[in-house]
Amino acid sequence: MSLSVSLRHVLPGIALDVAFEAPPGVTALFGPSGSGKTTVLNAVAGLYRPDMAHIAVNGDVLCDTRTGTWLPPHRRRLGVVFQEGRLFPHLSVEGNLTYGLRVRRESPDPTEFARVVAMLGIGALLARRPAALSGGERQRVAIGRALLARPRLMLLDEPLAALDAARKTEILPYLEKIRDAAGVPMLYVSHSASEVARLATTVVVIEAGKVVRTGPAAAVLGDPALAPAGDRQVGAILTAVVVAHHEDGLTEIDAGGTRLLLAGLDTGAGTQVRVRIAAHDVILSLEEPRGLSALNTLPGRVTALHPEAGAGVVVALDTPAGPLLARITRRSVDRLGLAPGTSCHAVLKTVAIAPEDIGQGV
Amino acid sequence: MAWLGPEEWQAVALSLRVALVATAASLPLGLFTAYALARWRFPGREILNGLVHLPLILPPVVTGYLLLLTLGPTAPIGAVLESLGLGVAFRWTGAALAAAVMAFPLMVRAIRLSIEAVDPKLEQAAATLGASRMRVYFTVTLPLTLPGIVAGAVLAFAKAMGEFGATITFVSNIPGQTRTLPSAIYAFLQVPGGEASALRLVAVSVFVAMAALALSEWLARRAARRVQGA
Repeated sequence: MSLSVSLRHVLPGIALDVAFEAPPGVTALFGPSGSGKTTVLNAVAGLYRPDMAHIAVNGDVLCDTRTGTWLPPHRRRLGVVFQEGRLFPHLSVEGNLTYGLRVRRESPDPTEFARVVAMLGIGALLARRPAALSGGERQRVAIGRALLARPRLMLLDEPLAALDAARKTEILPYLEKIRDAAGVPMLYVSHSASEVARLATTVVVIEAGKVVRTGPAAAVLGDPALAPAGDRQVGAILTAVVVAHHEDGLTEIDAGGTRLLLAGLDTGAGTQVRVRIAAHDVILSLEEPRGLSALNTLPGRVTALHPEAGAGVVVALDTPAGPLLARITRRSVDRLGLAPGTSCHAVLKTVAIAPEDIGQGV
Repeated sequence: MAWLGPEEWQAVALSLRVALVATAASLPLGLFTAYALARWRFPGREILNGLVHLPLILPPVVTGYLLLLTLGPTAPIGAVLESLGLGVAFRWTGAALAAAVMAFPLMVRAIRLSIEAVDPKLEQAAATLGASRMRVYFTVTLPLTLPGIVAGAVLAFAKAMGEFGATITFVSNIPGQTRTLPSAIYAFLQVPGGEASALRLVAVSVFVAMAALALSEWLARRAARRVQGA
């Protein structure tokens, strides 16, 4: 799959002017609220007619204002998952799931249906009405409904934004499964760095209606100069392999030859994981720390300093596990005398790495 | 209903037939008009809205006279219909037409309100799943508006049962042809000794109205339960 979007549209309060190519995999449209991400997704879905646009999936033109080409939404074969789920209240869960094939008069495939239902864990809900579902269940059904319509591309518009942290960590693994097992390409709109870090292969950063950066997830999210949607979102992504589970509940992972300990991981040894380390969870020390409760210490070298608007500085480090970011105060930088080339130790609290920051697969 | 005389029974049966036909025949047009007014933006929308509501505001006699002017036996359209054997003036079909016109605004209002209560985002979601506009209407909009449609139809039926002014002006008061329940009550009150008949018909009127109301409440509750799935 490749999606090509070039779009100009003026809305009250925002002038959208974006162009990007989405390679196969998961492409995240990442940016603060009100930056126009959803408007881009809605244009791909065909929910409004843009002022000027050229949108194509695999070379199949969905919309081209120059030639007047316009494919109505029901003929685009895209699976859209909305923030609010938008399940049909008058149909059962099963009726919602089979809606796409039913309205297209396509024959259902019981194997496919069973596989998706099992993958999303919604087998027990089939007879229920949407009103009787929890927020997390509703969103899983919405994902299944889009998937079972056999889309060539899934469009997800902040599918987790309306859910609390526990529900988010409940649903993220399902999305990872869809990405890795079902192999359905996705365009994923989000303002959350942890979601994007877990899911995206490519990140398109949008601010005030413009694309400010495009690139692989690790490179874009790990770039302190970007600090996309607010400073608490800055963080590096480490790729690692699960080595072993310990009896005290900790999981040992191997990142580039360095062993790290994480909590709350339940995947088998040998599984690839992506771990997002938020910059504000990293402590720097000039000497190897002793007598500290934190379990993970990585030797490293400062590569760059990125002062922020306030009292903070984001320090970029090179470590054997990969590039890391640490957000510390300007005063600490002065006290430690940090500068590009300085050797230091990065300290990571095991419990600071939340389950929602740990994703499976590549 | 042995206590109703043949003349009275004739009026009741005619009224039921007129009201049922008027409601059933105008329902498709009512659904379409309500959808157009609720969802489409087109030039002349306000004019259509005004036309639909006109019978509600005009004196019924005026509506009946306007029908006579257009569809009467000597009027241009009426003459054509008459030559085709489809004439409605002074026939029970004319009574149904007059009742339908008078009840139409009530029907459209109720259905339109229920369509406006359907979240267009659900219709969008249906479109992204592959449903054409027509299929979206029949699989999402229509089932979700069912309570409003039931309410609108029952309201229209009740109004059609009670229509008097436009009916008597357009199709007169011919026993067995156009003498509906209200016309019959009016006629009985004009003759000496007719009060007893009139009173019996009043009782029937009250009964039919109450039954229709109860039925609509029950149907609407059932439909709402289905929609909300509680």
